[in-house]
Amino acid sequence: MATGHELNATSYIQHHLGFKAQAVGDHPFLTLYVDSLVTGAVLGIVATALMWWVARGATSGVPGKRQAFVELLFGFVDDQVKGIFHGKRDFIAPTALTVFVWVLLMNAMDFLPADIMSWILTNVFHQNEFRIVPTADVNTTFALSLSVLFLMIYFSIAVKGLGGWIHELFCAPFGAHPVLWPFNFLFNLVEYVSKPLSHSLRLYGNMYAGEIIFLLLWLWAATSLSGAFFGVILGVGWSIFHILIVVLQAYIFMMLTIVYISMAHESH
Amino acid sequence: MNINLTLIAQAISFALFILFTVKFVWPPLMKAIEERQKQIADGLAAGEQGKQQLEASGKLASEELGKARVRAAEIIAHAEKRGLQMIEEAKNSAKAEGDRLIAGAKSEIQQEVSSAKEALREQVATLVVSGAEKILQREVNAQAHAELLNQLKREL
Repeated sequence: MATGHELNATSYIQHHLGFKAQAVGDHPFLTLYVDSLVTGAVLGIVATALMWWVARGATSGVPGKRQAFVELLFGFVDDQVKGIFHGKRDFIAPTALTVFVWVLLMNAMDFLPADIMSWILTNVFHQNEFRIVPTADVNTTFALSLSVLFLMIYFSIAVKGLGGWIHELFCAPFGAHPVLWPFNFLFNLVEYVSKPLSHSLRLYGNMYAGEIIFLLLWLWAATSLSGAFFGVILGVGWSIFHILIVVLQAYIFMMLTIVYISMAHESH
Repeated sequence: MNINLTLIAQAISFALFILFTVKFVWPPLMKAIEERQKQIADGLAAGEQGKQQLEASGKLASEELGKARVRAAEIIAHAEKRGLQMIEEAKNSAKAEGDRLIAGAKSEIQQEVSSAKEALREQVATLVVSGAEKILQREVNAQAHAELLNQLKREL
């Protein structure tokens, strides 16, 4: 695959899991993974533009098939939000929709056959190392979960006021007694750290594992004829199973986003 | 597998997508959906109302139909009565007219008869006079016997 390298299992995996890194500064943090960024941006733009196009031409009369499909999606997300969050859904529902659609599309990139995409990217776009699954990159999943954390803190302060939020940090969940303040604070701190961590790592882990299993199957397929035979059969099985994972993970990510933001609205 | 600037860049694109969806995608389509929900609700209510109106107007129509039937029967009975009455009247007037005509004819006949009688009287008187003249073989003074003649005429 990777031209100029010796082709073995390690180099194959490394090639497929390598990022297109672009340094923008001296510090190692100042690096951009162009592949994650470009794929994510393209998918996000395509999805939002499509929905925007449908929404602009939306009629309250008899909807066309295209509008009906998007309305189905809207209705699905709106129903989920309605079930969890009680209040004005002007912001939270479209946010959930964005999360669901974007994550779903980014996860769905995993369906594209890794080696064919690699060939196309190498020979057509001249991008030798280019990962096409942005959600298999912790940067993307952390970007999402930390944005949700930011929204949680924002809504906590917006709803309860800064004083109310700080009061809650120290006085919930155990009680308002001064002796309990450090325990309350510690508990809340753990909660605020664990929420984005679990939120992002769940998605990342699932997508990364899915990618790895595909790569292992393709490695096996390259060893022999029987390997190719079983690799293809198992690959089909894993692809079908992966459809479930892709949709489920997008759904879970959306649901947790809704839950976390709506929890921020509740006062204890 | 490093955390780097990509995180912040992805967060920015995420924020942009959210903002775009919140501002431009969600409201118009949701508005259309809500409008349609309202239209459907209105339509259902209108349908229910129409059904009720239909029932009410059906009742009204059958009532009106009954009334009309009664009225029609009344009119027919009246017309029949009136017809009979008219026939009776016509009969009566025809009878009266006939009677009148008969009476006229009778009086005319009477008149004719009397005028014929008059003429006959005149002629008979003349004949009597001329007969008498012939019998007497002399001139009879008409003036002298006029009274006699008139008396004779009356007797005829």
